[in-house]
Amino acid sequence: MAAHRCSFSAVLFALWGLSLLTVARGQEATLEGNDRTAVVDNPESVAGAAEQAAGQPAAEDRRWEATAVEEVSPTEAGGGSDSPAPKPAASPPSVPRPKDDFQEELVIRPLHSGDIYTSFQFRTLWETDFTRENKVSHYRLFPKSLGQVISKFSVRELHISFTQGYWRTMQWGQPYLPSPPGAELWVWFQDSLTDVDGTWKELTNVLSGIFCASLNFIDSTNTVQPSASFKPLGIGNVTDHRFLRYATLPREIVCTENLTPWKKLLPCGSKAGLAVLLKSEKLFHSSFHSQAVHIRPVCKDDQCKTTSWELRQTLNVVFDLHNSGQGKNEWSLFKMFSRTLTEACPVASSSKIYIDITDNSQGEQFELSPATPLLSQAVVLGDRRTFSVYDLTQQITFGTMRSLNLLIRGKSSQGDMLRPLLHAERYVAGYGLQTGEIHTLMYNNHPYRSFPVLLLDSVPWYLRLYIHTLTVTSKGKDNKPSYIHYQPSKDRVRPHLLEMLVQLPPNSVTEVTLQFERALLKWTEYTPDPNHGFYVGSSVISSLVPSIVAMDTNNSRERPLFSSFFPSKEESSYFVRVYTEPLLVNLPTPDFSMPYNVICLTCTVVAVGYGSLYNLLTRSFQIEEPSPGLAKRIANIIRKMRGVPPL
Amino acid sequence: MATTEVERRRGQLAALSIAAVVIIVGVPLWWRTTETYRAWLPVSQIKELAKLQLHLSADVEVVFARGTVTPEQQKKVPLTQTQNMEHRVDGDSFNAILTPMRLSNSASVEADLSLHTLSESPSGSLVVYVIPESSSLLPQNVDVYIGQRRTALLRIGSQMRVGKTLEQLLAHMEPRIKQVLHVMSFSHTDITAALSNRVRISPGNKESIADSMRAFKSSPGYEITFSLLNPDPKSHRLHWDIEGAVETYIQPLLTKLSPVANFSIDSQTLYYAMLGVNPRFDSSRSTYTLNADSLAHVINPVEARLGSNAASSNPVLNFLLYIPDAHHSPLYIHDHKKQQVPTNAFHSPRWGGIMVYNVNEFYEVDTVFPVDINIDMAKVMGVFLAQLRLLLGVQSSTPPPGFLVAPCGNAGLADWELDRLMWSRSVENIATATTTITSLAQLLDQIGNIVINDNIAQQVSSAVTSLQLAVSELEAGNLGFALQYSKEAILSSERAFFDPSLLHLLYFPDDQKFAIYIPLFLPMCVPILLSLLKIVSEARQKHREKKPKKD
Repeated sequence: MAAHRCSFSAVLFALWGLSLLTVARGQEATLEGNDRTAVVDNPESVAGAAEQAAGQPAAEDRRWEATAVEEVSPTEAGGGSDSPAPKPAASPPSVPRPKDDFQEELVIRPLHSGDIYTSFQFRTLWETDFTRENKVSHYRLFPKSLGQVISKFSVRELHISFTQGYWRTMQWGQPYLPSPPGAELWVWFQDSLTDVDGTWKELTNVLSGIFCASLNFIDSTNTVQPSASFKPLGIGNVTDHRFLRYATLPREIVCTENLTPWKKLLPCGSKAGLAVLLKSEKLFHSSFHSQAVHIRPVCKDDQCKTTSWELRQTLNVVFDLHNSGQGKNEWSLFKMFSRTLTEACPVASSSKIYIDITDNSQGEQFELSPATPLLSQAVVLGDRRTFSVYDLTQQITFGTMRSLNLLIRGKSSQGDMLRPLLHAERYVAGYGLQTGEIHTLMYNNHPYRSFPVLLLDSVPWYLRLYIHTLTVTSKGKDNKPSYIHYQPSKDRVRPHLLEMLVQLPPNSVTEVTLQFERALLKWTEYTPDPNHGFYVGSSVISSLVPSIVAMDTNNSRERPLFSSFFPSKEESSYFVRVYTEPLLVNLPTPDFSMPYNVICLTCTVVAVGYGSLYNLLTRSFQIEEPSPGLAKRIANIIRKMRGVPPL
Repeated sequence: MATTEVERRRGQLAALSIAAVVIIVGVPLWWRTTETYRAWLPVSQIKELAKLQLHLSADVEVVFARGTVTPEQQKKVPLTQTQNMEHRVDGDSFNAILTPMRLSNSASVEADLSLHTLSESPSGSLVVYVIPESSSLLPQNVDVYIGQRRTALLRIGSQMRVGKTLEQLLAHMEPRIKQVLHVMSFSHTDITAALSNRVRISPGNKESIADSMRAFKSSPGYEITFSLLNPDPKSHRLHWDIEGAVETYIQPLLTKLSPVANFSIDSQTLYYAMLGVNPRFDSSRSTYTLNADSLAHVINPVEARLGSNAASSNPVLNFLLYIPDAHHSPLYIHDHKKQQVPTNAFHSPRWGGIMVYNVNEFYEVDTVFPVDINIDMAKVMGVFLAQLRLLLGVQSSTPPPGFLVAPCGNAGLADWELDRLMWSRSVENIATATTTITSLAQLLDQIGNIVINDNIAQQVSSAVTSLQLAVSELEAGNLGFALQYSKEAILSSERAFFDPSLLHLLYFPDDQKFAIYIPLFLPMCVPILLSLLKIVSEARQKHREKKPKKD
């Protein structure tokens, strides 16, 4: 915070200094120096990297203002020996300071399984107010389509993700941004909105057009309003969950047609910067692919008087060692993306690549080339990580080849991964097509700390939950949830919503079981492939997990004694959201030629009954001579042949 | 014998009564339960609309200034004179008879000119001031001056003063006033152009077709999008004060046009947006050129990135400002005669406009890229404003000789130009709504399977009522109301036409229906039919037996 204020004042200083540009060149230079030290002074703390990035636009602003002052007031500067103090305010810049800012970032983390995790983040910040009435909107870096969506539908926060594949927490550790398989959408609306459901319906239809996805299948039967699990991530203290809508489509298949519109939202498209790496045939040839868009209001500065809108586009991919590595544990940008980097996006204020080298401090795990002197430390998901940083805005990064092709050559796949402290799994038990049981297992791997988790389950109406069968057990004992929010389903109207707060004891498995009955659907409600089964969206487990850094009390690392007695507050716990697998449940499926068969059968039965009745009513009966028996007839034929009169 | 005969009679009666039950109860029951719901539609009124005759009338007030009327002419006032003039536009289903003149001669003969200039005349009406020949208000060779409001000055000619009475005077002036009316309100060609989508017109000259194709079709709202295309952000850092420019140049025009449609304005900056054509290098002038015939391919790759408006379905007017990259600069557009286009801009009918803005004068010998460039918005917006006027259909038709048209003021649009637009828009809206409603009625009539819900019927009838109101308002000369009603008519007719409920049971073919019915119908009907046949044949036989007995 202090650093931020520092850089802010540095900008002011710079402004003042530049107004004196022509007067005292030497003075300006010293101020420049001040500025630089202010940036360098940034403590490398939790958000060390972020602070560095924040320092960058400040420098950029200063350069822009400089041209403005030179352009606008050459005469003033010429006669500029008069009082210098009011000057910065007096000269209005003809080139306004841009109110938006774009940053791009790529994090590469070699996983212990030999796979490689790459995470792209593109962040656009824009200082504007979408909620103003009847407004002419002018977009520069922010995509116009999303801006129009925000202002038309009074969106306060929007989070949408498309994921192909399931994140294997036990093998890969925690992802930077978790997402469930399929599509997930959750939106906080402005509290001035009256018809939330109608707006939600329209919004899903529009988003479905923007992202070429089947989000239009979101309706009231798969939308819930979680009371506690999804709190706003941006500023604003309205937490009335009437303005929240959450829906998942676990069936959604993510492919190129979703990636292309996502790339179009970037200011540089896929023409420059990190986005040139996003080539779909490589990205979808992977074990896990997840792309997301997050929009939220954030503070403009630390006083938080004005808000900015933040658009964060993220893309996470796990490349498979056996698929593309051909047995050799060697990775490069070209191998992964079939492209190399040649430049940063020109409109980006920061463009960086981070490589997680925490387990590789001495180079025993892998070898990185080209080497970089820049290092950065950050606490990510409760763990202190070290990153090698490549700054793409510096020409020196690209070397003599004018292209950057990072190479990671693995030496040994030894080393043990720290087990994730929280993970979960889920399955359906039971046999037959009438009833079943959902089991959710939550693992707390922390050796001595227990912590509470919020479990959210949204189950479609065609699985009728028996809420009285809900049991929560850990270590063989009943574990009573301290908070339960249950909203029963209504057939064809809304799903079940179950939220509970469960305390997970240390080093334990907590099992939640719930029985259900499978409903019979109407024949038009079945999907085109009903024997494939019906998906039930992932459970969401949100929790504040005690940090590994705070756990680290065995003094194995060299730390000053005075710093390690009390765990410091910021690092003591971190927020984690874990998604379980989606379920695939078979429902009793009829034979779909049944309606026609039933019609035919009924008609035949009716016709037979009707026919005999009709015959009984209309035929006239008369006594007839009984016809001679077979023997008699044969005898008669023989007699006829013999010429004897018949019997 | 007798018992068998009784038995036979009983059987026949049973068969007959079963047949009667099937026909009286079964068939109507089946018919009613499988019927589709069809709400009542005002079919007869729709049919009337199909052969609608449009009457347009405009109030023209003729004011005589001092010294133009002789005392004996003055005696016969006030007086109202109605002049009908008929244009016929014949089409397949659409007749429009235009009666554009109702000449009302006001009593204020000796009126003060300046007083009248101040008084606001309602939209659609005209005031013609007749000034004496010797008046120095107008330059020598100008007979008619058209002002910014709904007024015109008409110089009375010497040959006009021959008439004894006012009627004669007016009769002399009539052709002139008609000309004024054609310029300021509507003319035959305007109305024909407005109806061009509905009525098959004998192909006129190419120019007029191009004119009528250029403007956007009438719609309740438009989205205007200004896009700054920066294909080379590495060398140009562009700044455009679009916010201020829109406020100063575009907004006044749109405020003026607000009775016609709603407008919303957006702007965006697109980086790395390339044109679809590689410009040719002209070594003689060391410039790059785009030829007129390649312009058609220019916008295709750009359009994919422009994006449609997510929040509305109104048509989008695109205005692109293209800054050529440093290696293809300067870039000039050449027309068909290989001449450089002075504005360096072009527009595409019903799509928008593109302007190429060269920035190479900002380069110096030792320029360090990127260059900061401030775009001169006055120059850009001048071009875009002209294009916007064209695309919205504000026609600036060349006035007949002897006419002087006042330059449009700050708003970029004179009152009478707005009226002109409103006239043609009303006619176009009415024509569109009528076609929509008639074709919907025709469709519903042809396909019996379609369910007509109550809300559709309601939309249709409200469209019909608004149409009728619009037509009658046009006839009465209330232009503002006519436009309002015609817009409502369009909205409700489109809503009815595109209602998704119309599609629900559309695909339910008859052969499949019969496949389901046959297992029931065949076994039930065959015995009934057979026994009926038997009864008939027996009755005939009996009849035949009786005859010979009589003989």
